[in-house]
Amino acid sequence: MVRLITHNLLACHVKNCTSNNFPLAFKDLGDTSLPAEQPDMIDDEFLQKLHHVLLEIHVEEGSMVCPNCNHVYPISNGIPNMLLAEHEIG
Amino acid sequence: MTYRALELLNLPPDELSFLLDIGCGSGLSGEILDEEGYIWAGVDIAPSMLEVALEREVEGDLFLQDIGQGFGFRPGSFDGAISISVLQWLLNAETSHPTSSPPHRLSRFFTTLHSALRNPSRAVFQFYPSSDDQIQLITSAAQKAGFGGGVVVDYPNSNKARKVFLVLFVGGGGGGAGHQQVPEGLQGEEREDGKVMFERRREREAKREKGGKRKGVKDKDWILKKKELYRQRGKEGVPRDSKFTGRKRRAVF
Ligand SMILES: [Zn+2]
Repeated sequence: MVRLITHNLLACHVKNCTSNNFPLAFKDLGDTSLPAEQPDMIDDEFLQKLHHVLLEIHVEEGSMVCPNCNHVYPISNGIPNMLLAEHEIG
Repeated sequence: MTYRALELLNLPPDELSFLLDIGCGSGLSGEILDEEGYIWAGVDIAPSMLEVALEREVEGDLFLQDIGQGFGFRPGSFDGAISISVLQWLLNAETSHPTSSPPHRLSRFFTTLHSALRNPSRAVFQFYPSSDDQIQLITSAAQKAGFGGGVVVDYPNSNKARKVFLVLFVGGGGGGAGHQQVPEGLQGEEREDGKVMFERRREREAKREKGGKRKGVKDKDWILKKKELYRQRGKEGVPRDSKFTGRKRRAVF
């Protein structure tokens, strides 16, 4: 149930990891329906794709990686595991 | 209790609000949030409870999280937070590691929650403090993290219906006037049988939460949650979950 719109809320909360700590990178998401660049014209087709990517893609199994400290947050059953090891607690 | 917590949140009535359910468990509050039209995310430390929430098909996004470790939410993400019967768990030291001490966990929790909430907004916690000292410890940690607000006690004179809420404000706490005014607790009249006269809303809540019939305190959800917690803390010999977990046992003579 990790929709991208929710994923957008997340930042890494590992101790001392305070900059460049979001967005957490999905591993192996594999959706390429959106263009890499923002299109010049926002048409219905683009909006539909955006809706699909933001609200309809649910990542069920996988992981998210902090771009700064590389902490891996596993996703299982659609639930991100945000637990930290003791040495990672701020 | 969820309805009362929402009432204490005092959200603007005609706006879409995005809430955080802290200790969402099996999604009991989440179902109410869905019904009431809120968008929400929930965190809980117990995977087994979150799985029940998934089975319930609640709308909210769920996270496995130990709130005493602090949140990883970006600043200003939520319009409010509720938490039902969870806060008291932060008062237990889990290990001897310094990050496991209750003051440290409370501080991590409140600091990261404060930043995850929009300004202004509120967080409302129903909880079960076992002493005034505990209330003191919790409120001072919340204040240090930048929260205003205070404790609201509903039905203070009833043993059964007494409920303690911590109502915290970020900024002015919202609600229009712009000044921080801690809401009044509900005052109930006790009937002769000792049962408090609930308002209709509370009875409705009881019905919804309990599917019409009263569940025992130590029902399956409760046991699963407790066992999960023990496992988290590395306690040994916690019985595994089975279909017999929490089943009524007949007295054998
Ligand atoms: Zn990080």
